[in-house]
Amino acid sequence: MVDRLSRLLAVTEKSALALRRFLIVVLLLPGLQFANAAEGMAQPVGDPVVEARVNKLAEELRCLTCMGQSIADSQSSFSNDMKREIRSMIVAGKNDKEIMDFMVQRYGDFVLYRPPVKNTTWLLWGGPFLLLILSLVFLAMKLRKRGGQVAAELTAGEHQQAIELLGKREADRP
Amino acid sequence: MRRFLFPLAIFIVLVGFLAAGLRLNPREVPSPLIGKQVPNFRLAQLHAGDKFISAEDMRGKVWLLNVWASWCVSCRQEHPVLIDLNQQKKIAIVGLNYKDDRAAAMAWLTQHGGDPYLVSAVDADGRVGIDFGVYGVPETFLIDKNGVIRYKHIGPVTAEALKTKILPLAEELARG
Repeated sequence: MVDRLSRLLAVTEKSALALRRFLIVVLLLPGLQFANAAEGMAQPVGDPVVEARVNKLAEELRCLTCMGQSIADSQSSFSNDMKREIRSMIVAGKNDKEIMDFMVQRYGDFVLYRPPVKNTTWLLWGGPFLLLILSLVFLAMKLRKRGGQVAAELTAGEHQQAIELLGKREADRP
Repeated sequence: MRRFLFPLAIFIVLVGFLAAGLRLNPREVPSPLIGKQVPNFRLAQLHAGDKFISAEDMRGKVWLLNVWASWCVSCRQEHPVLIDLNQQKKIAIVGLNYKDDRAAAMAWLTQHGGDPYLVSAVDADGRVGIDFGVYGVPETFLIDKNGVIRYKHIGPVTAEALKTKILPLAEELARG
């Protein structure tokens, strides 16, 4: 693959230039698509304050039809319905908590990107800390064990021998 | 030898978690509506736009609410199953025609072997669908005599799901 690419690059100046143009287009394409998506997301309704709140809430909600995206990120019809629903509730004067409760009542905790701390989710929230504590305990035990093994003192003769050996090795080096 | 046992044990536990995770379908989100009162709705009927249907109309019966649409591909898969179920006269099926066009919906029913629904409610903007926590079509709810949602089936209803889950539960609810 790399071999072929480099050969391609080496052919002529002209084709190298063409390849560069091609690469530029390929690299820019995702950026363009993203720009389009962002444009579609805007859906100007008027009040920027309302839109900001819609977006803030949409960031916290999971799009259930598209795996791993928030409602704010997604353009699926499900997400658009949700955004419309959030917008109409804001206009009706509901506060953020009321809106989130409305969603949880219908779609369950799974719709929240930040799951609530409950009996069923303590392992989810506490797990990383539990793991940290366990590994600290493990580390402490290991270190203590190693600390107990005191290196034996060298006798004067052994010391002399060591210096000779080390010195010899130094001398061996080119 | 023993120093390998500990990592091996961790590895086995990890594989266990991953294997369990693979078996779960991420699209099947448990509904928080199970055991709750059916959201009340009042919608125009598909075949008679001047008449209405509401959840209240079904009180006293065990019934199925099936969310469908003419644009829904997997609905074609479950449609023969629903027609068959309707012919058995075991349970009433109410359709929720979700975010669809009335003419397209009626044409779809004739094209795909008939209308298995006692009546279909028109939820053109999907507003009632949100109350039911609908996020994918088809979805089917089993509702008891008191209007409490007892079971939710996500995806096309299969003959097997009817036989093993939905109908046994429906019979139990009809007796009780």
